[in-house]
Amino acid sequence: MYVIYIAASADTVWKALLDGEFTRQYWERDNVSDWAPGSSWEHRRIDGGRDPAILGEVLEASPPHRLVITWAEPSDRMRRDRHSRVTFDIEPVADMVRLTITHDDLEPGSDMERKISQGWPRVLSSLKSLLETGRPLKTWAGR
Amino acid sequence: MDDADEVFKALADGSRRMLLDRLNAHDGQTLTELCAHLHMSRQAVTHHLTALEAANLVVTTWRGREKLHFLNPVPLQEIYDRWIRKFERSRLRAMRALKRRLEEPRSA
Repeated sequence: MYVIYIAASADTVWKALLDGEFTRQYWERDNVSDWAPGSSWEHRRIDGGRDPAILGEVLEASPPHRLVITWAEPSDRMRRDRHSRVTFDIEPVADMVRLTITHDDLEPGSDMERKISQGWPRVLSSLKSLLETGRPLKTWAGR
Repeated sequence: MDDADEVFKALADGSRRMLLDRLNAHDGQTLTELCAHLHMSRQAVTHHLTALEAANLVVTTWRGREKLHFLNPVPLQEIYDRWIRKFERSRLRAMRALKRRLEEPRSA
């Protein structure tokens, strides 16, 4: 589980997770989908390249509080048993929101598990910086 | 108190750092599991977990009647971004300058 408190509204955080204009800045990726349950979504590299970095399906979307998606390598597109699941929960707490990311159904000891456990803290720290100061961090520097 | 103060305060204790290590090795443990093989009372472990939760380094969730504890590494990333990265930058600059100086005679 990954939890961060951000001084922003739930609507802003929701938009920041889904809108490529935002994700490009703090994630250095474009998130692309219509975000309707049952739709597919793609996580695209911004330096071009046709293939998405990650893809999956939207399982649940309840703006601005809860988003559940599946998460897979493009090579596992058809292998549903290899898709993990990411849940974003956005709860208002005083004048902030608490953003919780739960990434489960991961294969223990897998490359994906290692990558996401290094990735989510960087992405969340950069998202907080962007929303609170207007400046994202160099999210993937030194990786 | 500043968020970073809470994190540094929580980390300034060997028992609490050990609890984080145990969660890092095996995430999502109950209090009973965390207490196993520890030379610490259940009350002491509860007290340390409360401090870790206040610092957002540990988050909990209920699964049925069991309360599970998870490591939340995000505040450590924030400390890294705020306090370590910028010092690394100057170290890297110094190393680049050193490399340039050492390589100069060869290219001259």
